[in-house]
Amino acid sequence: MMKLNRIWVFVVLSVSIFGSSVYGEDSCVQCHKTLDGALSSPVNELANDIHAQRGLSCASCHGGDPVAGLNGDAQAAMNTKKGYLGVPATKDIPKFCARCHSDETYMRKYRPNIATDQLAQYQTSQHGKLLGKGDKKVATCVSCHRAHGIRSAKDPLSAVYPTNIPKTCGRCHSDSKYMEEYKIPVDQFNKYRQSVHGIALLEKGSRSAPACNNCHGNHGAFPPEVSSISQVCGVCHLHNLELFSKSPHSRAFKQMGLPECESCHGNHEIKKTDDAMLGTESKSNCVGCHDQDSPGYKVAAAMKKIILQLRTTIEQANTLLAQAERAGVEIGDTKFVINDAYNDLVKSRSIVHSFSTAEVEKTTSQGLKLAEQALKEGKEALKEVQARRRWLVMVMVIVFAAATLLYLKIREIEKKGQA
Amino acid sequence: MIMENTKSNRKPYWFFSRYPIDGLVEFFKRKAVPIHRHTIWYYLGGTTLFLFAIQAVTGILLLLYYRPTEEAAFASVQFIMTKVRFGWLIRSVHSWSANLMVLSCFIHMFSTFLLKAYRSPREFSWITGSLLLFITLAFGFSGYLLPWNEISYFGTRVATESIASIPVIGHYLLVFFRGGEDVSGATLTRFFGFHVAVLPLLLTMLLIVHLLMVQVQGMSVPPSVESQPGPRPKTSPFFPNFILKDALGWLITLGLLAMLAALYPWELGVKADPFAPAPAGIKPEWYFLFLFQTLKYIPATIFSLSGEMIAVMTFSVVGILWALVPFIDRRANRGLKSPVFTIIGIGAIAYIVIMTIVACMASKQ
Repeated sequence: MMKLNRIWVFVVLSVSIFGSSVYGEDSCVQCHKTLDGALSSPVNELANDIHAQRGLSCASCHGGDPVAGLNGDAQAAMNTKKGYLGVPATKDIPKFCARCHSDETYMRKYRPNIATDQLAQYQTSQHGKLLGKGDKKVATCVSCHRAHGIRSAKDPLSAVYPTNIPKTCGRCHSDSKYMEEYKIPVDQFNKYRQSVHGIALLEKGSRSAPACNNCHGNHGAFPPEVSSISQVCGVCHLHNLELFSKSPHSRAFKQMGLPECESCHGNHEIKKTDDAMLGTESKSNCVGCHDQDSPGYKVAAAMKKIILQLRTTIEQANTLLAQAERAGVEIGDTKFVINDAYNDLVKSRSIVHSFSTAEVEKTTSQGLKLAEQALKEGKEALKEVQARRRWLVMVMVIVFAAATLLYLKIREIEKKGQA
Repeated sequence: MIMENTKSNRKPYWFFSRYPIDGLVEFFKRKAVPIHRHTIWYYLGGTTLFLFAIQAVTGILLLLYYRPTEEAAFASVQFIMTKVRFGWLIRSVHSWSANLMVLSCFIHMFSTFLLKAYRSPREFSWITGSLLLFITLAFGFSGYLLPWNEISYFGTRVATESIASIPVIGHYLLVFFRGGEDVSGATLTRFFGFHVAVLPLLLTMLLIVHLLMVQVQGMSVPPSVESQPGPRPKTSPFFPNFILKDALGWLITLGLLAMLAALYPWELGVKADPFAPAPAGIKPEWYFLFLFQTLKYIPATIFSLSGEMIAVMTFSVVGILWALVPFIDRRANRGLKSPVFTIIGIGAIAYIVIMTIVACMASKQ
């Protein structure tokens, strides 16, 4: 009999241990799904949770002894002596997650190339610093990633998927009441949405456009400092960074403490660039610093002149070519020429960041040659249209004359026949 | 060696002494065309023939530069349009003339139908004529793909898809016409072969038979004219009266072609990209639109059979019956009025015209 009891205990224990390691049969889940509100919502979110999908359980984070709770004894399951941690306090959340996420040996099991410096980065961030000073309003891991139902950042439904990041940051940063005490603007999300980056990411779904984290960092989120704005923009706009850093503006801006790219382009509300930004008109960026007769003013005027000349020539060529095409002349080859001219225009607008007329002129003169060639071909195409119309008139005159003569001949023959 | 026993005293002597075709010359001298209120319709056969001659000449000129491969076809047409002297004119005339030829062929066919020219003894003129119409449509269909632009590629793909719905042999026919499962370079080469070799040969042979029968049997006089009391209708000599009037018609057609080619040159389009999605509202050329539009109204299944299959089979059966109408319209054969077939003819014209207009308006929306 004793032997039989031992066998039964062994069977029950095995089943419990085996059962407790299989998702869905965890005693935490079994108990919490019968509860209401906030106590049952973690269970409902488990299906989407990446930790649960990788075989981790409630106890993996919160500790305790789910096996002990299999018989319904909640207190036994949530025993602090068995390592139960409960719900961590806000100030403890980063370290709570970092127990695993900063442990490279542990994380290597799940994804060898995953970053494990999130906590270290977070502690350098504004959020991390304020949290350390006792501010519970700042973002912690769960503010962005959620506490339960944590989706992978690669999941389009995740709050930290690139197209969702601006909205996630905006949950706090656009809330004027929430952000009142911090005395920073709350219009970043609205401005970003109207910017060329926001439209590209949020409306066109272009993953190459930056979200908040691309410029400010993920876990080490901090606005880029004045001196490093060009480096941050230069992550994508490398060519402009190279030109700018060799330009006279680089040293001048550093000396004056001006925020580099932001001085002309803004930060969140970066609009599509326009030739009106360059030059000496009242709306241009250049006249904000450069007085009339200053060397910078002259360079601005010179650069504007040559770029405008190229742009105008391309537009004139395009108008002629469109006219010719509508009139039926094939202008396929010339389209390639005008395309190359347009590429030179785009390049020269980028080379403006060198703030050197000579550098810009190298590209505009090349583009101008092509644009003038396209203009010439466009004029020839229109001449061809006129020539065709003239030939047509001549042919129609001949056809009409021949038809008239034929008609008269036919009448003569018919008359003779009747006679 | 001069044949001294010839009876000919015609000029030029050197020709008629060698080729004793006096009988033929007398035949053509005596050839006459009936003159009545429907004579105007007699000119349409000649107009169609003239347009075919234009097609042959411009087609041969295009052949000097056209390259029938997937890689080079579009570029070769572009070269013709931009670099070859008068290439734009030849290509535009070829494209416009193709459309005018199809239109002229249809009008010629319907005019002979309504005038009951198919009745005995001209049954085989009608049958060869029907075959000539089908070959003309095949010319249009095969030629449409050759520029290898977006519209022609996807139009051909959509149009050939219906072939597969024919029972039993549909898939084999589809693979035969396409040169594979899908429209590709193989289709282009195949269509080119049909367009410049097979179809011209077939058309020429049938045309010779068709014209020969017209020469031997003369022009048909409609029953409505024949049954009129009084003397028989007047006639006018074919040479020179009718042929000069024919030439006048051809001159006007040539003028019209010149205007269309110069003022509305045929578009080059965009090179076909088989991997791109079909452009929205893709449709075949106008002469197939009525069939295309009819297919859109057929339900997907009819009595658990494929609707498309039933439609395609119906078109085929109607085509065959149309070609066999001389053997079906007994009343016309007996020289009696045949109002039922007149109504069928008018109904067919109305159906084609209305469906074509509806298809054009639907695609514009």
